[in-house]
Amino acid sequence: MFHIYCPHCEDHREEEEFHASGEAHIPRPLDPQSCSDEEWGEYLYFRKNPRGLHHELWVHAVGCRKFFNITRDTVTYEIKEVYKVGEKPSVTSSEKNQ
Amino acid sequence: MTQKNRIQSGGRVDRARALSFKFNGKSYQGLQGDTVASALLANGVNVVARSFKYSRPRGIISAGAEEPNAVLQMGATEATQVPNVRATQQELFDGLVCNSTNGWPNVDFDVMGIAAKVGGSMLTPGFYYKTFMYPQSMWSTYEKFIRKAAGLGRSPRENDPDSYDHIHQHADVVVVGAGPAGLSAALSAARSGARVIIADEQSEFGGSLLHSRENINGEPAADWVQKAIAELATFPDVMMLPRSTVNGYHDHNFLTIHQRCADHLSDKAPQGQIRQRLHRVRAKWVVLATGAHERPLVFANNDVPGCMLASAVSTYINRYGVVPGKNLVLMTTNDHAYQTALDWADAGRKVVAIVDTRPNPEGDLVEDAKRRGLHIITGSAVIEAHGGKRVNAVSVASINENGESVTGKISRLQCDTLASSGGWSPVVHLSCHTASRPAWNDEAVGFVPGATIQNQLTAGGINASYGLGDCLKEGTAAGNEAAMNAGYDVSATAPELKVEAISEGAPMALFHVPHSRPTSRAPKQFVDFQNDVTAAGIELATREGFESIEHVKRYTAMGFGTDQGKLGNINGMAIAAKSMNKTIPETGTTVYRPNYTPVSFGAIAGRHCKELFDPKRFSAMHKWHSENGALFEDVGQWKRPWYYPKPGESMQDTLDRECKSTRESVGILDASTLGKIDIQGKDAREFLGRVYTNPWAKLAVGKCRYGLMCGEDGMVFDDGVTSCLAENHFLMTTTTGGAAHVLEWLEIYHQTEWPELEVFFNTVTDHWSTMTISGPNSRKLLSEICDDIDLDKDTFRFMDLREGTVADVPARVYRISFTGELSYEINVQANYGLYVWEKLFEHGAKYNLTPYGTETMHVLRAEKGFIIAGQDTDGSLHPYDLGMGWCVSVKKPFSFIGKRGMAREDCVKPNRKQLVGLKTKDPLTVIPEGSQAVLDPTQPIPMTMLGHVTSSYYSANLGHSIAMGLVRGGLDRMGEAVFYPQPDGSVIEAEICSPVFLDPEGERQNV
Ligand SMILES: [Zn+2]
Repeated sequence: MFHIYCPHCEDHREEEEFHASGEAHIPRPLDPQSCSDEEWGEYLYFRKNPRGLHHELWVHAVGCRKFFNITRDTVTYEIKEVYKVGEKPSVTSSEKNQ
Repeated sequence: MTQKNRIQSGGRVDRARALSFKFNGKSYQGLQGDTVASALLANGVNVVARSFKYSRPRGIISAGAEEPNAVLQMGATEATQVPNVRATQQELFDGLVCNSTNGWPNVDFDVMGIAAKVGGSMLTPGFYYKTFMYPQSMWSTYEKFIRKAAGLGRSPRENDPDSYDHIHQHADVVVVGAGPAGLSAALSAARSGARVIIADEQSEFGGSLLHSRENINGEPAADWVQKAIAELATFPDVMMLPRSTVNGYHDHNFLTIHQRCADHLSDKAPQGQIRQRLHRVRAKWVVLATGAHERPLVFANNDVPGCMLASAVSTYINRYGVVPGKNLVLMTTNDHAYQTALDWADAGRKVVAIVDTRPNPEGDLVEDAKRRGLHIITGSAVIEAHGGKRVNAVSVASINENGESVTGKISRLQCDTLASSGGWSPVVHLSCHTASRPAWNDEAVGFVPGATIQNQLTAGGINASYGLGDCLKEGTAAGNEAAMNAGYDVSATAPELKVEAISEGAPMALFHVPHSRPTSRAPKQFVDFQNDVTAAGIELATREGFESIEHVKRYTAMGFGTDQGKLGNINGMAIAAKSMNKTIPETGTTVYRPNYTPVSFGAIAGRHCKELFDPKRFSAMHKWHSENGALFEDVGQWKRPWYYPKPGESMQDTLDRECKSTRESVGILDASTLGKIDIQGKDAREFLGRVYTNPWAKLAVGKCRYGLMCGEDGMVFDDGVTSCLAENHFLMTTTTGGAAHVLEWLEIYHQTEWPELEVFFNTVTDHWSTMTISGPNSRKLLSEICDDIDLDKDTFRFMDLREGTVADVPARVYRISFTGELSYEINVQANYGLYVWEKLFEHGAKYNLTPYGTETMHVLRAEKGFIIAGQDTDGSLHPYDLGMGWCVSVKKPFSFIGKRGMAREDCVKPNRKQLVGLKTKDPLTVIPEGSQAVLDPTQPIPMTMLGHVTSSYYSANLGHSIAMGLVRGGLDRMGEAVFYPQPDGSVIEAEICSPVFLDPEGERQNV
C-alpha cells in the first residue's frame, strides 16, 4: 500500500485513490503515419521494466483526475519524487542515488 | 479431572474463577487468565496432536505465537469453527470447545503411523515432488489425504454469525510489542505528545515481564508494567491495543493490526459486539520491539511430549501457576535458561540435572544454581529423549567443544520434562515484510534486522539485546528518536530506570546436538515440528544437490506450516549450511512474509461482504422496474432490467412479446446507464476528431453522430453517439460498462499528449435519466406529452436533437435508434426520471407501450446488425474487421487514434477474422454463443477453427434464429456454409450472410 503525494492536490493520499498508467515519458509520435511498423510497434508495446529506478505515469483517479509522474524504485518500492506531466525527473538512474 | 499440575499460589490466574472447556470431546477445568495451553498442561494433557508425516504424538512446546504443535480447531458450533488456533495464544473462556487439528482420527490412535510403516519410503524429504507429482490425475486424491492429515484445519460450512470491522488510522509512532522495550518506547514517544499506537499480541501488556523475577527501580517488574500502562492511559493521543497482532508491515510504513476483540469472551461474540477488528495504520515512524523466540535444541526424539522450550516452562510456572511435570532435566547452551531450573525448584519440584553444553559455564545465574545445590553437568548434552506419549528418561553424554561429536559414555537420567534452550532468535519477521533482508550476527548467534528504507527503529530482543536494562534503554531511545523524527520535542528528561545488572557467560552456538550414531541412523531429530522435517532430511536434501536454502525449504517443506517455521528455520539453515560446509550467511537468509500469524477471512473482509461487497448503481426508475416484475442483470455495477416476464411466460415468451410489441407499436427501454460525458471548450470538436475514427469537423449544432473509438493498435474498444449541443459543447455517450475507462482515456490524451487543446470533460452519467421509446407509434406517444418540440418527420429528422419539455419537464430529445425503428431518446434531469417514465405509461397504455430490458435490446439491435462493443468485439478487431469501414475517415488531417495501428501489416493482411451474420440451416436452431466455426466438421480433432459466434438469438419478428460471429475472411465468404460442432457431438450448420437481417434499406427509422 503506497502512500502517494499528488502534486496537484498537494497532499499525501492512500494508493486506493490512484492507479498506475504504465511507463512515463512515452510520447505519441508527432507524425504516426511516417512511422514504420517497427517504430509503431516499439511505441505501442515495448516497455522498460527496469530493476531499480522507474519513471511511471499515475493518475489520481478518484481524486482530482489529474495525471502526474512518479520516480519509483522497483526494488524497494520507495517513491523518490513526484512531478507533473511535462516536467523532467530530477532523480535518474545515472545519478546512482539508489 | 483435577488440575494436577497447578501450584497453590503465584501467577496471573484467578483461582477463584474456574472455567470449564472441552478438548477432544473431554471436559476439563481451567482458570480465568489461562490460555488453552496452560489449562491443558495444568490438567496433565500430554498429547495435543499427531504429527503430519509420521503421526508421532506431540505435546505443547512453547507458550506463544511460535507454537508448532498445539494448533487447534476451535468452535462449539458449525458456524463458529475457526481453524489453526494456537492453544498457546487462545485465552480460555467458559464453554470453550476445541479439538486437535491433525489427530486423524484421534490423537491417541495411530492411523498414519501404520501408513508410515507401510509406506515408509514415501515419506522421505521431497515426497511432495517424488510421490505426489505423479500421476497428476491423482493429485486431488492426494490433496484430500494431505489436508486431512496435515493439520490445516477446516473452515466452517455455515455462515459466520459474527461481525468484523476495519478501522483506518494514522499515527506518529507505532510501537510493536509491549514488553520492556516496547513499553519504554511508547512512554518516551507519548511524553513528547506524539500520537502513539502500541500493540501487543498478548492479552496483557508486559511481555517477558509478566513472568520475570527481575526488579525495576527496586520493584517487581510487573508493578512497573502497571505503572507504565497507567501513565500511557493518561495521554489522549495514545491508543493501547492488547490482543492485537501486527501481522503485516507493508510499504511506506503501512501496518495491518489484527485485534481480537471478543475471541477471549465466548464462542460467538456477545450481542452487539464485533469479534475482530483490522486496523490499517499509516505510521510516520515504527518501533519494532518484537522480542525474540527461544530456539529449541535439535536432538534425537526431541518431539516426545514433555520436551519444551526452557522459557516456556518458566512462563507456565510464573505466569499461569502451572508446573508441567515433576522431574526436570534442563539442557542449555546459555546462562539465561538457568532461570527455568531455578523457577522449577522454587515451585517445589525436582530438578534432576542442568545439562550445559559448555565446558565452563560462568555467570550470575549459574552461580545461583550452584549455590542452590542444583546438579550441573557441563560439556555435555542430552543426545536423546526416551518415552512414547511422555518423556520418561533422557540420554546424556559429553560432547566435544564445538558440539560436533559425542565424546564420552552415555548415561541415562529419569525425568518427565526436558526443557531446552539453544539461545534466542530475534523476531525479525516484520522487518522482513518490506523486503529487508535480515543480517547474521555471529556474536548474538542469530539474525537481526537488516538495512531498511522504512521509517523503522528497533529496540530490545529484536536487536539481540536480551538484558532487561538494555531493553529499557533501547526502548526509551527508540521512542524518543521516533517522536523526534515525527516532529515532536523530546527534550524533557524522563525518569531513569534502574535494574540490577546480571552478568552472563558467553553462549555456545549449537544448532544440532550430536548423537553417538550418524544423523541418518540416529532416531529422528526434528527441526520443523509442524511439517516433520528432520536434521537427516535436510542433510539428504543438500546431498541431493539443493544448495540454496530456498530450495532446501521447498524440497523438505521446512517453514511451510502455519507457524512459518518460527522455531525451526534457524536450526534448519544452520544444519544445511554445515552439511554444505558453508557459513550461515553464505547459505542465505530466511525471509518471512505477511501474515505473522494466521488472520481470519472475516477480519480481512471486514464489512466488505454480503450487501456491502460492491457498490450497486440503480437508475431513477428502478423502483418502477421492480414493481413491474423486471428481472435484473448486472452491467458493471449497474442493476439493469433484463426482461419483464408476465405470469406464466417463459423467458423466450417474454422476449418474443417484447420484441414484437416494439416493432409493431412501441416499446420503452431505460437507457440511463449509458455513460455520458459532457465535453466543452473551443477545441472540443478537434479533440473528438482525434479520438473517434470518423469526422466531427462539420457536425452541426443540434445533430448527433455515431462514433467508434479505437486504441493506438487500431482495435475498437468503445462506441456511442455524440451530439453537438452548441458550437463548443458536446455530449458523448459510451457503453454502460466502458464509461469510466473512456473518461480516463480522454483525460490521459488531453493531459499528456495535447495539453494545448482547450477542452474539458466531466461525467454526467448520473445527472440524466434516459428513456428510449422505439417503434412505429413512438412519435404519436411523444406528441401527447410534448408540445414545444416540432416532431414533424422532416423538421426533427433522424440523428437530430432538440431541447424542450416532455411532460412539462425540461428535456433533451434525441432522434437516434438502436433498434432500427423510429425512436426517441428522452433525457431529463435524473430526479424527474420516474415521473416522466410514468407519464409515458399513462399515455402509452393505448399503444400497448411495452417495457423491455437488455435482452430484448440485444435481440432488436442484432436484427439490425448493430454491434455491442465488448460482446461482438474483443480488442482484436478493427473497424474494417467489423464491416464498419464506413465509420473510418482516412482523410482527416490529424492522424486520429487508431489510424496508424489499423494500417499495420497484420491488420491489412487478407483472411483476418471478420464479423458476419449467420443464418442457421434449421431456422429454429439457435447456435450457442461462443461456438467455434469450422469449415469441415469431419476433420480430426484438434480442428482448424475460423472464429466464434459472438451474438445469437431467436428473432420472433423474423421467425428464425439470427447470429453474428467472427469468421476468417468472412466478408468474402457470403453464402458459404460454416459448421459449429457442439459439446454433445452434434453439428450446427449455418450460412454466412450480412449481419443486417431486418430492413436493410433502413426505412423503418426514417418514417
Ligand atoms: Zn490529486
